[in-house]
Amino acid sequence: MAENKIALKVITPNREMFSGKADMVILRTTSGDVGILHGHQPMVTVLDYGVMRIQNEGEEDKTAAVFGGFAQIGENGIIVLTDIAEWADEIDLSRAEEARKRAEERLSKKSADIDVLRAELALKRALVRIGLKE
Amino acid sequence: MASMRDIKRRIKSVGSTQQITKAMNLVASSKLARAKTRFSETKPFFRYTRRAIAQIVNGSSGASHPYLQSREVKKVCVMVITGDRGLCGGYNTNVCKAALNAAPDTDVTFVTIGGKGRDYLRHRNKDIAKSYRGISEKPNYDDARLIGEKVLKMYDEGEVDEIYLAYTEFVSTISNEPKVIKLMPLNADEFTDVKTEDKDLTLTIYEPGEEEVLDYIIPKYVNTILYGAMVESAACELSSRMTAMDSATENASEMIDDLNLLYNRVRQGAITQEITEIVGGSNALQG
Repeated sequence: MAENKIALKVITPNREMFSGKADMVILRTTSGDVGILHGHQPMVTVLDYGVMRIQNEGEEDKTAAVFGGFAQIGENGIIVLTDIAEWADEIDLSRAEEARKRAEERLSKKSADIDVLRAELALKRALVRIGLKE
Repeated sequence: MASMRDIKRRIKSVGSTQQITKAMNLVASSKLARAKTRFSETKPFFRYTRRAIAQIVNGSSGASHPYLQSREVKKVCVMVITGDRGLCGGYNTNVCKAALNAAPDTDVTFVTIGGKGRDYLRHRNKDIAKSYRGISEKPNYDDARLIGEKVLKMYDEGEVDEIYLAYTEFVSTISNEPKVIKLMPLNADEFTDVKTEDKDLTLTIYEPGEEEVLDYIIPKYVNTILYGAMVESAACELSSRMTAMDSATENASEMIDDLNLLYNRVRQGAITQEITEIVGGSNALQG
């Protein structure tokens, strides 16, 4: 029987983070989580801030925080291109907590609309990191 | 004929210049090693983004997205990536020349990354919309994103109808070449060098929708290309500086050799003259 695994590459501007095979890859797209298996139809999808999960039978799932970008699914498998991505064990929990506090403070003040969007994004990033850690 | 003292002074000054060029050569080569690793690290991202875009552009031939459609060209934006500093051979001038020739017959506004490009174009009274300094040597993705967003905004608002990018392509440590590519609007024929999958791509699903995907991905593509070009240009700048400083050091030692020869000849001449004078004087006394 042919191997029912899908190839996956995760690439950021600074490194090729992952290149290998998986039984299933779960991605957080802007329209929700999708699980992608071997033989998926060609697809291009925009990613949200969220957790990517790489599943292989008999192995522990690999998880990583992915912040935006897009995924392309074609004959060669999945290619995830994103600006920032971090493996779960690369995330510094205390730093993420601090970032969350900072962002929440900034949002609660709402003094002069200083980059509300930026603070919101920072908060979102922090929450994804914390969520992944817990 | 120059006096001995003058020659001695020249030798000393050429010698200290040589020390500087030698030091610069060493600095450039160690920085180049780092720049080259960066370049090879960003390469996959650059390549895969280009390939993904090529497939999307080829697959969605029916899309009437503004980023994919050419419009009448009234004004063109040319982005130039140069270094902030000189003493790197023809690196800055070459890419500037390429930028000037990018769109010779239309109204052009320039966006410069690197101080030298700005100086060059300002000297020629060109229109410069934006200029950035201090990021050429160590480009990071955030800078590229900010610049990319600004330029794309000019395109969105109809200020410019085409965007070109002039940068330097890294061929090898001793050779690089200025290159101009078209960033906007995107045409399928821009990607003929990219191999795409043969499978029928019209079946591709776009999530959430084709329009949204293109809206998101194309600006991203511009940033990626810009970042890749900045990283590549940085490696080129350092490699040209290294080569330039290497030949400068060599020229200086040649010059020092010549001056030493001249110095010895002049010294010998002076001694001979002194002897002649002494001999002449004593002859006159005896006579």
